[in-house]
Amino acid sequence: MSSVDRALVRDVAAIAAAAGVIGVSFGAIAVAAGVSVWLASAMSMLVFAGGSQFMVVGVMAGGGSPVAAVLAGLLLNARHLPFGLVVSDVLGKSWPVRLLGTHLMVDESVAFALSQKDPARRRAAYWLCGLTLFVAWNVGVLVGAMAGRALGDPDALGLDAAFPAAMLALLLPSLRASPDEKASAQAVSESTRAASVARRVALVGAGIALVTTPFLPAGLPVLLALLGLAVALK
Amino acid sequence: MTLLPVLLLAAGTFAFRLAGPLLSQRLHISARVQRLLTLSAIALLSALVATATLTSNGHFAGGARPAGVAVGALLAWFRLPFVVVVVAAAGTAAVLRMLGVP
Repeated sequence: MSSVDRALVRDVAAIAAAAGVIGVSFGAIAVAAGVSVWLASAMSMLVFAGGSQFMVVGVMAGGGSPVAAVLAGLLLNARHLPFGLVVSDVLGKSWPVRLLGTHLMVDESVAFALSQKDPARRRAAYWLCGLTLFVAWNVGVLVGAMAGRALGDPDALGLDAAFPAAMLALLLPSLRASPDEKASAQAVSESTRAASVARRVALVGAGIALVTTPFLPAGLPVLLALLGLAVALK
Repeated sequence: MTLLPVLLLAAGTFAFRLAGPLLSQRLHISARVQRLLTLSAIALLSALVATATLTSNGHFAGGARPAGVAVGALLAWFRLPFVVVVVAAAGTAAVLRMLGVP
């Protein structure tokens, strides 16, 4: 893939390193909660959605039923449906490849794809991020599960701040007009207008999610952020 | 914990992931709808950023994490490299925690 440049590889490596360390801590926590090493690894490869994995292990370790744990995990992952509509163009033509690409759909790969304008670069960013994260996450989980609970408080390393900051950095280009010196006055005003609509949708969506978070089960506030689209419909 | 809940979560998650690509192949998506879809991803990711920054298990997340994200956001705004943004956000939160900020 010629559209994979050094900057992209470096950016993906930064986020994959953080995901790997969080994977180590998931492996350690899962084993400490009584999940076997192979089951923690199988879960990470088959589900490949960190938030829902932490949630399922947390609910069951807290004495919750498996049904409640699975429903909570699914609610958290429902956002992948609208994600899939947005990134379907990067998944390729042949079905085996499309299915593989589908499995690599995570917040980070979607955000990386969204941060690229050119279709070839969108595809490269999505696949590079998805595949690298898949490897880093699963190696991390296996290491953490085998090393046990001695390892892994990602909060002490500040990784809980790294992920939202990374996602925000990927979103920023969509939220501000890209000043292109060669663009016509009309193209510049169009890009300024699109960025201001995106900012309003982002702010209203984030606000809805924040205000509803204390009252609703995890996952639902993020989905409700879609109501923020209303400000773009006029 | 047994394999069954893991398989159910995996199958359900994959179904959510696959529904988008399947639907978009069957529907004709106009340029206007395409723009709205991009905005919907922006809304979802912004909501993830906001909740992951400020909340933890439905409660306020304390001071260290929002401060770390704020430092990262500032650096990203001034177009510093992505790696710098990620490391500075994590470093700020880690140092604040070492100093006793929750």
